[in-house]
Amino acid sequence: MVDIPYEGIRGIPPAEVPDVELYHPRSWWTRYVFSQDAKVIAIQYSLTATAIGLVALVLSWLMRLQLGFPGTFSFIDANQYLQFITMHGMIMVIYLLTALFLGGFGNYLIPLMVGARDMVFPYVNMLSYWVYLLAVLVLASTFFVPGGPTGAGWTLYPPQAILSGTPGQDWGIILMMASLILFIIGFTMGGLNYVVTVLQARTRGMTLMRLPLTVWGIFTATVMALLAFPALFVASVMLLLDRLLGTSFFMPALVEMGQLSKYGGGSPLLFQHLFWFFGHPEVYIVALPAFGIVSDLISTHARKNIFGYRMMVWAIVAIGALSFIVWAHHMYVSGMFPQFGYFFATTTLIIAIPTAIKVYNWVLTLWRGDIHLTVPMLFALGFIITFVNGGLTGLFLGNVVVDVPLSDTMFVVAHFHMVMGVAPIMVVLGAIYHWYPKVTGRMLNDAMGKFHFWVTFLGAYLIFFPMHYLGLLGVPRRYFELGDATFIPSSAHSLNAFISVVALTVGFSQMVFLFNLVWSMFKGEASGGNPWRATTLEWQTPETPPGHGNWGKELPVVYRWAYDYSVPGAAEDFIPQNQPPRATQLVQGAAS
Amino acid sequence: MAETVLTNPGQSPARLEGWRGIAADWASDQRAFKNVSWGKAMMWIFLLSDTFIFSCFLLSYMTARMSTTVPWPNPSEVFALNIAGNHIPLILIAIMTFVLISSSGTMAMAVNFGYRRDRVRTAILMLVTAAFGATFVGMQAFEWTKLIMEGVRPWGNPWGAPQFGASFFMITGFHGTHVTIGVIFLIAIARKVFRGDFDVERRGFFTSRRGYYEIVEITGLYWHFVDLVWVFIFAFFYLW
Repeated sequence: MVDIPYEGIRGIPPAEVPDVELYHPRSWWTRYVFSQDAKVIAIQYSLTATAIGLVALVLSWLMRLQLGFPGTFSFIDANQYLQFITMHGMIMVIYLLTALFLGGFGNYLIPLMVGARDMVFPYVNMLSYWVYLLAVLVLASTFFVPGGPTGAGWTLYPPQAILSGTPGQDWGIILMMASLILFIIGFTMGGLNYVVTVLQARTRGMTLMRLPLTVWGIFTATVMALLAFPALFVASVMLLLDRLLGTSFFMPALVEMGQLSKYGGGSPLLFQHLFWFFGHPEVYIVALPAFGIVSDLISTHARKNIFGYRMMVWAIVAIGALSFIVWAHHMYVSGMFPQFGYFFATTTLIIAIPTAIKVYNWVLTLWRGDIHLTVPMLFALGFIITFVNGGLTGLFLGNVVVDVPLSDTMFVVAHFHMVMGVAPIMVVLGAIYHWYPKVTGRMLNDAMGKFHFWVTFLGAYLIFFPMHYLGLLGVPRRYFELGDATFIPSSAHSLNAFISVVALTVGFSQMVFLFNLVWSMFKGEASGGNPWRATTLEWQTPETPPGHGNWGKELPVVYRWAYDYSVPGAAEDFIPQNQPPRATQLVQGAAS
Repeated sequence: MAETVLTNPGQSPARLEGWRGIAADWASDQRAFKNVSWGKAMMWIFLLSDTFIFSCFLLSYMTARMSTTVPWPNPSEVFALNIAGNHIPLILIAIMTFVLISSSGTMAMAVNFGYRRDRVRTAILMLVTAAFGATFVGMQAFEWTKLIMEGVRPWGNPWGAPQFGASFFMITGFHGTHVTIGVIFLIAIARKVFRGDFDVERRGFFTSRRGYYEIVEITGLYWHFVDLVWVFIFAFFYLW
């Protein structure tokens, strides 16, 4: 351990975090494949998540084809439709968004932003990715087993999830459970790393209250995931036992195919409680990293410090804590004791307070900022608008009396796609445009980026806005076809066809983005180390892309918070976190 | 470098006591838990996560037990043994609990000797702990065998609610797996201690990192946790 002499600058104590004992790869295999470098693991996570996410995107096209033009496509039958719904939901929520935000962005940004050389336990971190990959492969294999993937809906509610008649009852449901258990084991290995790195491996001067909000969001989400995934783990194990061994944890006595089944005495509600004790925090596991990242995007591209940093941090923590006591708002119509609804509706609506604080603070950060309408900024703005929209419909669904008629309609589909589908994806895309230059050393093409933004943003609204209306009409979700129900006017059918056309268009337009990713890697304009003139540590690395060990010889020392943009008197409109107070160039005549 | 040995060069201000100290630590840079190594912090956080897993298992079992309409078998009767003509309820479970709690004692002694760098005693005490653990798993295997011979299955049993067997095999099986993993780790670490890996700072096979005697304490944390969980299983499953 090298003791760096105390420099006598106030607020910068002597080094107590020793240098990381880095793993030094010796061959191509350990450098790029079985790599223990968080940056490589991050890219592996991101590519795997994107690949399986594209599968889910194609599944959504198939669903939209069926919904928009029922009876036209003979290759989609009712069972397949249910399988598409299930796999689309499960992949998007867990295998894409969770893995991308925590495994992808978390791995890349945490060590760089807190000033560490790597995660604290790189070997465990590497195992995390390989177990995740195995989970993805097991999940993907369900498309090729007899009976296909499970069609139980992404919530996998028993009893129907494991009864005959539900597609995928032979293999699909078993492999789904196995895949989830693997995912949780893999995630735990990574998640422990992220938490310990943030808590115990920050560089000198990096206090928790100087962390960029990106790190706060990812950190809080990871802590939540470590406490919420156990419930899904237990639910998966018990459902697997019900299916394989014939236990009756979740299975009541019921008649299956005209015969009394072997089950009896179990509680389907128990599964729902376990599932949503995981499931609701999961919403915020996806949302909190998005909140954090979007705060940094807005501050950087509006050249202004984030408004109310401390409130932003406490709001993240408060949302994380509250999200553990709201789960049963997913179960108002489940048959649980009805008066529980009072409690869960109250806690649900209380979450609106910290969330509103965040939205106001984003808007107030933009207020009188020097807004650069770069592609990351466009996506950040798109996120705020989409999130407010999705959040407002959340107030409808959080109230028991309003929820009861709306539950299981397209209104719910519109709500959660806006709030935890489109909104986080907006942030993912904005973040990729923002950090791509750091990862590759080249800028993404701006024209393609703007086209991508406008098609995605407007398209998302054309898809999901009409769905609210369909839901208010009473159009149910998860139905293979609507038939000739009299309460559904014919305009609803043409609206469905319209939504499908837009959905396919927006889906295909994502190919522009993928092309941009590949094209810019070779032909993109060179970005330099800090193209956005940002303050946070990852932009101050000696090399771009950051080299082995991130920081060259010496770890950076942090002297200030992450948001010194447009500081009055400073010559530049940003002051990096590692710039000592004395070195700040002042405009002539300005008092220090 | 030594991630376990944290130097305090002396210039840093005196550490505050109590809540003010905690607030000062969390407001400081570099580490939130001062003088806690990465490995120990990681084990504590893992144990917190694992606590949630066992809590979910136990809560699910209690839900099943409370909501079933069929009588629940009486654990005192089910887990009784006839020894030398005497019918003694819960005798095997009492012995198992005693064995596991004794193993916590030997583990604590091993940690103590580890920090004194007494290689031989540390290794022996860890192996004794592992032996207690293996004994526990062995007696559990005996208990499982006995119940299976008497007709208890995950999907039913001769005395009442089918959730009895299901919960029993799931919870004790999951806990037994934890004990087994602990035994394997204890043996592996004991071997390293005995060989003197931590004195010569030999690098690990996979991780290429050096090990320290602190790993004995970290293994101990896990072991005490597994013990503590057993106390709850004992209380909620056998004594209820």
